[in-house]
Amino acid sequence: MAINLSQFHQTFFEESLEGLQTMETGLLNLGRGEDLEQINTIFRAAHSIKGGSGTFGFTQISSFTHEIETLLDEMRNGHRHTTPEAVDLLLRSVDCLREMLGAVKAGAPSEPERARLLTRELQIMLDSAAGVADQAKAVTAAPSGPEGWRILLRPMPHLLRTGNDPVRLFRLLAELGQLDAHLDDSGVPPFAEMDPEECYLRWELTLRGDVARERVQEIFEWMDGDCELDISPLPGKQDEPAIAPAQESTLPGSGSQVLENPQALPVDRRSGTDRRQPPASDSASIRVRIDKIDALINMVGELVITQAMLSQLGEGFDMGRMEKLRDGLDQLERNTHELQESIMRIRMLPISFAFNRFPRLVHDLSQKLGKKVSLRLSGEQTELDKTVMEKISDPLVHLVRNALDHGIESPHDRVAAGKPETGVLHLNAYHHSGNIVVEVSDDGAGIQKVRLLEKARRQGLAAADEDLTDDKILELIFLPGITTAQEISDVSGRGVGMDVVRRNIRELGGNIEIRSVEGQGTTITIRLPLTLAILDGQLVRIGRENCIIPLTSICESLQVEAQNVSAIAGQVEIYTLRGSHIPIIRLAGVFGLNGNQPDLTNSLLVVVEADGQRVGLVVDELLGQQQVVIKSLETNFKRVEGVSGATILGDGTVALIVDIAGVIALSRRSMERGRESERAGSAVPIGERA
Amino acid sequence: MASVLAVDDSTSMRNMVSFTLKSAGYEVVEAACGQEALQIAQTRKVDLVLTDINMPNMDGLSLIKALRALPTYRFTPILTLTTESAADMKQRGKAAGATGWIVKPFNPEQLLAVMKKVIG
Repeated sequence: MAINLSQFHQTFFEESLEGLQTMETGLLNLGRGEDLEQINTIFRAAHSIKGGSGTFGFTQISSFTHEIETLLDEMRNGHRHTTPEAVDLLLRSVDCLREMLGAVKAGAPSEPERARLLTRELQIMLDSAAGVADQAKAVTAAPSGPEGWRILLRPMPHLLRTGNDPVRLFRLLAELGQLDAHLDDSGVPPFAEMDPEECYLRWELTLRGDVARERVQEIFEWMDGDCELDISPLPGKQDEPAIAPAQESTLPGSGSQVLENPQALPVDRRSGTDRRQPPASDSASIRVRIDKIDALINMVGELVITQAMLSQLGEGFDMGRMEKLRDGLDQLERNTHELQESIMRIRMLPISFAFNRFPRLVHDLSQKLGKKVSLRLSGEQTELDKTVMEKISDPLVHLVRNALDHGIESPHDRVAAGKPETGVLHLNAYHHSGNIVVEVSDDGAGIQKVRLLEKARRQGLAAADEDLTDDKILELIFLPGITTAQEISDVSGRGVGMDVVRRNIRELGGNIEIRSVEGQGTTITIRLPLTLAILDGQLVRIGRENCIIPLTSICESLQVEAQNVSAIAGQVEIYTLRGSHIPIIRLAGVFGLNGNQPDLTNSLLVVVEADGQRVGLVVDELLGQQQVVIKSLETNFKRVEGVSGATILGDGTVALIVDIAGVIALSRRSMERGRESERAGSAVPIGERA
Repeated sequence: MASVLAVDDSTSMRNMVSFTLKSAGYEVVEAACGQEALQIAQTRKVDLVLTDINMPNMDGLSLIKALRALPTYRFTPILTLTTESAADMKQRGKAAGATGWIVKPFNPEQLLAVMKKVIG
């Protein structure tokens, strides 16, 4: 009969997840000192979640939140100090709530084991304050228990005349748990004396289930004064072992015994945090700021005007109006371009969405590692594509973990090294020429290059006699199987290496760089395209095929001058450009196309950069520059090495998009097949690592 | 479906109550003051009366007393809408014969939850 509440569910979930975020942020701030306003904020968030979940029928969530709220309320009233233990417990409860919400959202409400354990922990913590007061308080301080309540209801004779009907209330009680009603009709007088408008009946009710006393009381609220009501915990409830430690709660051991359980489940706990975004529903919707939509509507208006102008021009067109037509078409192009940009902007979200999880992660991890770390975030408002954001999140987590585990030293070591005890981890994001740059930097120990090189050599990842520059040594860290950690720790030994991080970032069309100064810290810079859907491209012709080279990777294009080309060992062609040596890659050869004159004189060379390496790509013709919409080759055909995707050009033909890094790898392999010896020294910056 | 008489001098409040109840399937009759409500009650029976306390012409408390005097309304649930959670007004309502109360402000969900307690 009720309003279909499910129409509000989505809002409730969004609201609650935001609430949890607020709670988490607040709790983390609390760790830095007691602040009443902060506690109030956390309390309000918890309160709303409790209210909402209760309203929408997610009773498990609401009763669990109730415990959290009670604890927060005591903190708010000053009845309890904000201890690190309490904050930690609350943080874990937030995690658990998130998991429960996720489950409900996925349509599979469940009460995880974790929730039960945490409920007990919360109750024990709540009782520990009551332990100071009298013992009777300790029992009532447990607002709920798994057992249930015995309810004695003796209505006054006039009850029915108030409009209250006990049977309706029993129906509500039955929704809370398993209800057994026992009717006592001994008060009913002989028929002749009976007043049909009076109530002579009494009930003894047993309600089994995890129900808070307040909820039972609430149901009988209106009958106050019209009945005698006695609500008592079911026999045996006081003997419930979880409540028992209340009396001895001053002993620190009493709580920790139970505390061990959840800590024995670290896997569960972590998966809860990582699982926080159920993928399906998360990608389903996006929040867009109104001003972006307004801009879009504005743009469409312009487009309509241009269209009207053009169609007017079309009526009775003669060559004399050619100039006007051209203007109109220019305007149309501008409009389309702007419209495209505005639409792309809808997909943009501030990177704070990805950064938000880090305060918590850093908090937990630094505690676990016994390090002192302060996290600095900047540029959180920098926007990037939602898809890119989702994909960059895991690599970022890995980098942050690395920085905490390997980078920042223990407080003792830091002091010994003459640094402040607390390390600084800085996450920064900003836009730089069509890219978004994300930096993860720490002021830790930095990477010991000697050790890294030694290790690489021992593992055969670098040649023993090779003289590598510092940059090259640092790049070794991206090789699979390498680690600078002495031993694999729980934190970093998660199976995701820097090689995977780099691969993920390259898949996004970005690149990653590392800078590190021993003793001073490490900075990792990730450069990503703003969006995955559109690319500024240079259209080139190779043989009879059209290809797109991403404009962002192009340094310059030039006409080959013969004297600058030199072949090394008859295999590798090198172009000398202003003193530096650039390997030449013949795209036609790599892709197996006809084209590219054997003689490079007067050919066109497009100098591109990928992974910090420059190469020259030989093309047959430079066509226009244009923005192209990327179509996935993988979805429509299959993955092809050296090609990152395809696009459809204005005339309907398909052009492949060149994957620079892939092409370099391809040509390197074919080169190595051709030559076994005679390394060309420093002039060949590629080819050393396959 | 159960019928509800919603009595409130505030149009917006009455609209909100009425809309919520109607979308939950209840039949709703509206009245802007106690007098109007009493006239309606004299001509037809509703399953529940929902009334504000402070109203022109005839206030909520008087309405409740008058309703309880009607044979058809002796056992009908009557709920008051009290602005503040002051126990005083709740008790005065009860003393006049009200079944229970709803504390303002309330949201549609709360309203419907309370409905369950008395009808349905």
